[in-house]
Amino acid sequence: MATIKTTLDVQGLTKKFGGLIAADDVTFQVSQNTVHGLIGPNGAGKTTVFNMISGVLPATAGSIRLLDEPLDKLPTWERTRRGVARTFQNIRMFGDMRVVENVITGMHSRLKSDIGSILIRQRSFKKEEREAEAVAHEQLAFVGLEKAADRRAGDLSYGDQRRLEIARALASQPKILLLDEPAAGMNPAETHALIPLLQRLRDERGLTLLIVEHDMHLVMSLCDRITVINFGKRIADGTPAEVREHPAVIEAYLGHKVDDRKAAGPASKVRS
Amino acid sequence: MLDTLSDLYWTYQNVIHGVAVNGILALSVYVVLSIGQLALGQAAFMGIGAYFGAIATTKLGLPFPVAILASILTPAAVALAIGAPTLRLTGVYLAISMLGLGEISRLLLLNWDYAGGALGLSGIPERGDVYLLYGVLIVLIIAFIFVGRSRLGRAMEAMREDETAAGVMGVNIPRYKLAALVVSAMLAGLAGCLSAHLSSFIGPNEYGFEEATTILSFALLGGIGTPLGPVAGATILTLLPEVLRFLADYRLMINGAIIVIAILFMPRGLLSWRMKRTV
Repeated sequence: MATIKTTLDVQGLTKKFGGLIAADDVTFQVSQNTVHGLIGPNGAGKTTVFNMISGVLPATAGSIRLLDEPLDKLPTWERTRRGVARTFQNIRMFGDMRVVENVITGMHSRLKSDIGSILIRQRSFKKEEREAEAVAHEQLAFVGLEKAADRRAGDLSYGDQRRLEIARALASQPKILLLDEPAAGMNPAETHALIPLLQRLRDERGLTLLIVEHDMHLVMSLCDRITVINFGKRIADGTPAEVREHPAVIEAYLGHKVDDRKAAGPASKVRS
Repeated sequence: MLDTLSDLYWTYQNVIHGVAVNGILALSVYVVLSIGQLALGQAAFMGIGAYFGAIATTKLGLPFPVAILASILTPAAVALAIGAPTLRLTGVYLAISMLGLGEISRLLLLNWDYAGGALGLSGIPERGDVYLLYGVLIVLIIAFIFVGRSRLGRAMEAMREDETAAGVMGVNIPRYKLAALVVSAMLAGLAGCLSAHLSSFIGPNEYGFEEATTILSFALLGGIGTPLGPVAGATILTLLPEVLRFLADYRLMINGAIIVIAILFMPRGLLSWRMKRTV
């Protein structure tokens, strides 16, 4: 066990919007080369946690470390350079750009050409651009969008846009990939095809994934470990089997077990 | 044939020069619009460039290249200084702060006795010619196309489409915003200096709100998909009043109507295509 490295270490992460506590002292660790699920009912604070990890929102309190390096004070783009990549729940595509250009834009922090070499069209700049385009095509092939490379990104179907977002995020060569509801809006066949794709990211590319998802089939069959939050608080953490049996999780998803008499009382009155 | 061309040039000299100067101004506003910021500071930067360039040649007797350098560097310095506090703003708030900058610089020029105050600067030596103007414009257009088809161009389009997503892609948003403002200021200053040395007179009221909106309308009419769009918009808006001269009293009315109709029916501008972002 001691050899397993922690890729992402989240400690006491808290976000307050005025009086509303969207995330309350959330703590969890994502081990290297695993798929970690972050689940919870709607409004539990999952996306808020994602926003704080990627730097889109500043945290009120707590710490985030990527491979033992603190990320807390860094702006979004610097976190991307350090190896955090993400997709968005409400797809944020560069809709007017071509599909392949979206992916190359994802490589922004990996490309080095400066304004001088661009203006005189130095050979190193052209070479870098051609290589970037080749890598982008590889990423598109990986998610199965190679044929759509020259189409306008905004014209893709919803499911394809989700896969394009994954390709674009992969292009930054991340150490951890945060996926915010990757299966949302996908039909069952598309969701079914997504599971092996994400498994290949872990098994073939050695990537570490943190996933927010409501599709329980996907979560349970894919995740090595799951953290459950509700009303901003962590309520459970463990393997899929452990989490599934956890009383607090069952309560969060299905509600209280209620006393029969109490429940029947007012209801029967209404009926009569 | 050559005589006819020569006659044409002498007759329409002002318009021919105006197209190039306004083309450079259109590129100046394009830089800022292409990262998704509403731009209204160009007239002020143009004024600063015009004044410092004209002072260099008229008052200090410095050579024209030095004046050009001054007209580029002074607005750039102003843009750097005001960039830090104002670039936290977006949309109309940024636009209002830039209008404020315009008004402040207009009032400063108006009360600057050394630079002629309300009377402006006159007797500016005539420098530069049609070759210089169009040479500069063409070099700038090519530079913009090269930059557009690189990681910088992609980052700028990404910012325009979705700033949050662009940040997540690794684009250093504040740095790009500041750089765009500084480059925009440099180009506007250059255009100001060039036009000042063609018209021999400049006044403090030439660089106000009206000029700011005129410059913005170049890009609005031409479209911002490529750098050619704003330049085309500037060309049309400079030529249109001349072409419509036969309408006499109705000229400005028809001029305005044409612009309104163009924008209503071509919301993405005359040149609505977007440029490829790969080499």
